Amino acid sequence: MTKPADNLTDKPADNLTDNPADNLAVKPAVKPAVNLGVNLGGLQMKNPVTTASGTFGFGPEYAPYVDLNRLGAITVKGTTLEPRKGNPTPRIAETPAGILNCIGLQNPGVDHFIAEDLPYLRNYDTPVIVNIAGNSLDDYAEVTRRLSGAQGVSALEVNISCPNVKQGGMVFGTDCLMAAEVIRVVRENTKLPLIAKLSPNVTDIVEIAGRVAEAGADALALINTLLGMKIDIRTRKPFLGNTMGGLSGPAIRPVAVRMVWQTARAVRLPILGMGGIMNAEDAIEFILAGAAAVAVGTANFVNPGAAMDIIAGIEQYMKDNGVTDVNDLVGAAWK
Amino acid sequence: MRVYVPQLTKLAKPGQFVHVRCSSGLDPLLRRPISLHGIDYGKGTISLLYQVVGTGTRLLAEMAPGDEIDVMGPLGKGFTVPDGIKKALVVGGGIGVAPLFPLIHSLKHYGIQQTVLLGARSADFIIGREQLELLGVKVKIATDDGSLGYKGFVTRLAEDEISGGTPDYFFACGPNPMLKGLISLTKGFGLSGQVSLEEYMGCGVGACLACVCKSKAAAGREPDDSAEGFEYKKVCVDGPVFEASEVILDD
Repeated sequence: MTKPADNLTDKPADNLTDNPADNLAVKPAVKPAVNLGVNLGGLQMKNPVTTASGTFGFGPEYAPYVDLNRLGAITVKGTTLEPRKGNPTPRIAETPAGILNCIGLQNPGVDHFIAEDLPYLRNYDTPVIVNIAGNSLDDYAEVTRRLSGAQGVSALEVNISCPNVKQGGMVFGTDCLMAAEVIRVVRENTKLPLIAKLSPNVTDIVEIAGRVAEAGADALALINTLLGMKIDIRTRKPFLGNTMGGLSGPAIRPVAVRMVWQTARAVRLPILGMGGIMNAEDAIEFILAGAAAVAVGTANFVNPGAAMDIIAGIEQYMKDNGVTDVNDLVGAAWK
Repeated sequence: MRVYVPQLTKLAKPGQFVHVRCSSGLDPLLRRPISLHGIDYGKGTISLLYQVVGTGTRLLAEMAPGDEIDVMGPLGKGFTVPDGIKKALVVGGGIGVAPLFPLIHSLKHYGIQQTVLLGARSADFIIGREQLELLGVKVKIATDDGSLGYKGFVTRLAEDEISGGTPDYFFACGPNPMLKGLISLTKGFGLSGQVSLEEYMGCGVGACLACVCKSKAAAGREPDDSAEGFEYKKVCVDGPVFEASEVILDD
């Protein structure tokens, strides 16, 4: 959690000698400066850590626990053209090392977001990634236009992978042609960095990644939740209000790491990796698999300061291992 | 369980809750929302009363005095005692009596008369009767099996109290069917009040939208794609305490 400015004071002053040469020799060995900055398809981030959409609200919810200025980016709750009410309860169920959710994209609509939530985020020196979803290509186009004209939006993450809504989610994301079509329409309507968020609920994630890359995506986010289900043996009924839900948390991490690895090797786009990242070690695993940046999701619920701990932990890992640029770790496991 | 946590205690109000990590591992993963059963501002402690129902609460029960615990809070919007009320009816069902204790202390502090109704499956599940009687509060009991007090639902006792015409406000916490019955009963008598709700919860800070309840949408701002006449509010930050007239409880 040390800031660069504090590092100077970490070394007691009495270690310094009067000979300037001795001092120079000592300094780099004690605290090498490390570069945490990454570029995610045109989005410049001061470190590789953002929040996963839907787990961090619109930002202010976590402001008491997280210094929003320290995040690499803030990814806000999925936003649609019209307000959405979301699914009936229960919307969340715990599973071993994971959770199932079926929120159903509850959100106040894009106009409300721009008028009421975005101004708050402009107070921070942190890029804002807005996750968007729609029922139709026209919806995606219109949401894209409205957000592209709003001050303070740094990038769009296109949700073509929500498992919890009938339309506008996974239906698009699991069909290669439809997925590419959504990305093409969004691309036509924005110059903002465009991140396509992919569904893991497909046979071949590499194929779909290739299609959305051709359609104009600047980066890929993966993975969204895995479609899952829980049945209450007492009532003999599905536990969740929407029958099925999306599985997140450490339970899905190995699947996510595998998909990041496969996609990163096959598609020349930077990847925002996510899926069960709880700590810096998990985040580093994704980076080594080929992710240029990572998103922290379910971990926020367990440890509201998780993103801060992860940023500090990545920096520490780099120092401990003599890595001066985080970009040198991206895909390092391939070698 | 009593937790020494002075910074949190200083800010705590009746009806609020804390989000408790029951394990340092990954199962159970989520925190458990547990209401404040006692707030000792002098000692800097809060007490938590919970029923062992699953892995999380079992792990809590296995903790030993002196162990450290990770609690987040105080969270949520608690009870507010409206100006001018003179006699309150307080209704608790099962473990739902837990958050009512700090409220009962506050009502007493404000010199508001109160009758507390406790309902449970059987005598073994009636919580806090002795403490309340020591406090000098009038307590009436209902049990499903009649092993203590009135045999039947606590809502029946509530009906007797209200039709007796004495309370001018009510506070309640308990299972949804009880609250639903109570809301409809009090509506019939024109009695206002507040209810504390429970829902499966994720973040506890209003970010994940897991713990929602149906609320009668304010006119003109229906955020609706189906015009069903309600909006979802967040139990964790808009509640857990809501105006009784506002909430819509499902069966």
